[in-house]
Amino acid sequence: MARRIVFVVLVSLALIGSALPALAQKGSPAVLYDVGGRFDASFNQSAWDGVKKYTSETGDTVREFEIQNQAEREQGLRNLARRGASIVIAIGFNNATPISVVAKEFPNTKFTIIDSNVDLPNVQSVLFRSEEGSFLVGMLAALSSKTNEIGFVGGMDIPLIRNFLAGYTAGAKYAVPKIDVLSAMTGTTAEAFRDPVRGGELARDQIARGVDVIFSCAGSTNFGVFQAVTDAKKLAIGVDSNQNRLHPGTILTSMVKRIDVAVYQAMMSARDGTWKPGARILGLKEDGVGYAYDEYNKPLIPAAVLADVNKARDAIIAGKIKVPEMP
Amino acid sequence: MDDFITVSLALAAGSLRLAIPLMLGALGGLFSERAGIVDVGIEGKMLISAFASAAVAHATNSPWAGLAAGLGAGIVFALIHGVGAIAFRGNQVVSGMALNILAAGLTVTIAAALYSQGGRTPQLPDAARFRGTSFAAADGTSQLDPALRALFELVAGHNILVYLSLVLVPALVWLVHKTRFGLRLRAVGENPEAVDTAGIQVATLRYQASIISGLLCGLAGTYIAIAQSASFVPNMTAGKGYLALAALIFGKWRIWPTFFACLLFAFADAAQSRLQGLNIPGIGAIPVQFIQALPYVLTLVLLAGLVGRAIPPKASGVPYVKER
Repeated sequence: MARRIVFVVLVSLALIGSALPALAQKGSPAVLYDVGGRFDASFNQSAWDGVKKYTSETGDTVREFEIQNQAEREQGLRNLARRGASIVIAIGFNNATPISVVAKEFPNTKFTIIDSNVDLPNVQSVLFRSEEGSFLVGMLAALSSKTNEIGFVGGMDIPLIRNFLAGYTAGAKYAVPKIDVLSAMTGTTAEAFRDPVRGGELARDQIARGVDVIFSCAGSTNFGVFQAVTDAKKLAIGVDSNQNRLHPGTILTSMVKRIDVAVYQAMMSARDGTWKPGARILGLKEDGVGYAYDEYNKPLIPAAVLADVNKARDAIIAGKIKVPEMP
Repeated sequence: MDDFITVSLALAAGSLRLAIPLMLGALGGLFSERAGIVDVGIEGKMLISAFASAAVAHATNSPWAGLAAGLGAGIVFALIHGVGAIAFRGNQVVSGMALNILAAGLTVTIAAALYSQGGRTPQLPDAARFRGTSFAAADGTSQLDPALRALFELVAGHNILVYLSLVLVPALVWLVHKTRFGLRLRAVGENPEAVDTAGIQVATLRYQASIISGLLCGLAGTYIAIAQSASFVPNMTAGKGYLALAALIFGKWRIWPTFFACLLFAFADAAQSRLQGLNIPGIGAIPVQFIQALPYVLTLVLLAGLVGRAIPPKASGVPYVKER
């Protein structure tokens, strides 16, 4: 009996002990990453860049959660909110349903979701005009293609990714009206964002059909696409983060989505009290999207092409070119 | 029309590339199960080998060193399963699943600790990979007809592991059906008592079968990591080990039928994403939804309708206890 009491006491102490650090970090921001993880060199990594910027500037700690499977989203969000996070940021449209559940349970916690619109009084939705940035890389692709055939590899087959394709196609046709755009989606589940083997297969297939520039919007699947394109000595376009340095000489440019800025701003505004719920839409005008141009892809893009693309960029900002969504 | 021929040829080449890991994994499972050890750990063996080969190829800059590491890792994992199943007579399904879970966790943890890239290994340079010939990149062939180029890719464009695996199939058929070892192997999976009565060590035979299984799964993992891709990515086998197990059952534990089952699964996989937006003569473009359902429909129809009864080796899953 005495042993049992000692055991119970010890277990209770251990439980209290493990709960203490959680209390200590009350009030810090929290981030839940999407499938693919922090180091996907793309979508999630861009968010992580924002986190790093915030922590290095403020010295605050940020609680992070990387999901291993789809079922963990809701639990993860709930856990972060329960531990008293000042703001919970969910990366990725797949979190829309879980966040609308959890945000109702914690009406006093601030939530920000990237890439989806959740209409609740304590949720801020950050949306990107991906089609505008894709329009510009579409132009770059078309102007760089020798075969007049360009390709697109998407991740999961959803409207969000179809928007990239719509902008890309429109931009390509704007620059070179007779261009042909081949497209393929990797799959229909979130796993499509981490299937480099299939990505490589899709890229090889498009190259076999004459494509010489491929825009890849598929998270970690991009690694497979880039490798196949590099092997065939063609060109590829990265997405979300600046992926130019991954394969210098192969990556023509990257369609950059400033998730880092969105995450950083959400955390900062929560810190200084200026955070507001509702939708924030970031396009070319807000510098929320764009194309990457640096020392890695400078040799690949002639000045005349660059001038054309920048002219189109200004026209889009001025509203003279309407970029379509969803084909 | 031209596009259709090109795509068909590219599809055949893609099916072959995707079939290789399935086939190697399934053959590995075949050796194990034919010797009486249920092998649900194919996935784990493939995954650990994928990681080991990618890590060693990165460290040494040699694909052959990577291959050796992949094979070694496969054998080690196969022997963990073997010792559990043979010496300790444990439940083989449990120890097989343990391999899968162990591999999934171990690879990511070690990779994260070594390279801090979220469980990935660094991108391998070309010299550290098994590479095929890309006819799309070769300068002299750019003016060739795309269909002709696709034909070249199908016949001669693969990396050496693909050809090696294709040679392995008849070699293994010979080993299982024409040699004394093969006869004993099959016997030990059906009736180990008889084998024991004939004065042959049941345990030794089963360990040998485990090692062969480890070698084949190791080759599969190596292929996935350093031939098909250029780095290890967490969980990169993505269920191929289980698919291989399904192909093994589908092929009724026989080598040639299993081989064709793997080709079929790979074809469905390759077709699924490739046929999107393609115009087929006389039919037109196929709706995306139909194509995406294709692998599932195919598997369902085949498994439900065409296979018939699959009877595993009689002693499969039963630990052998010598009578005293």
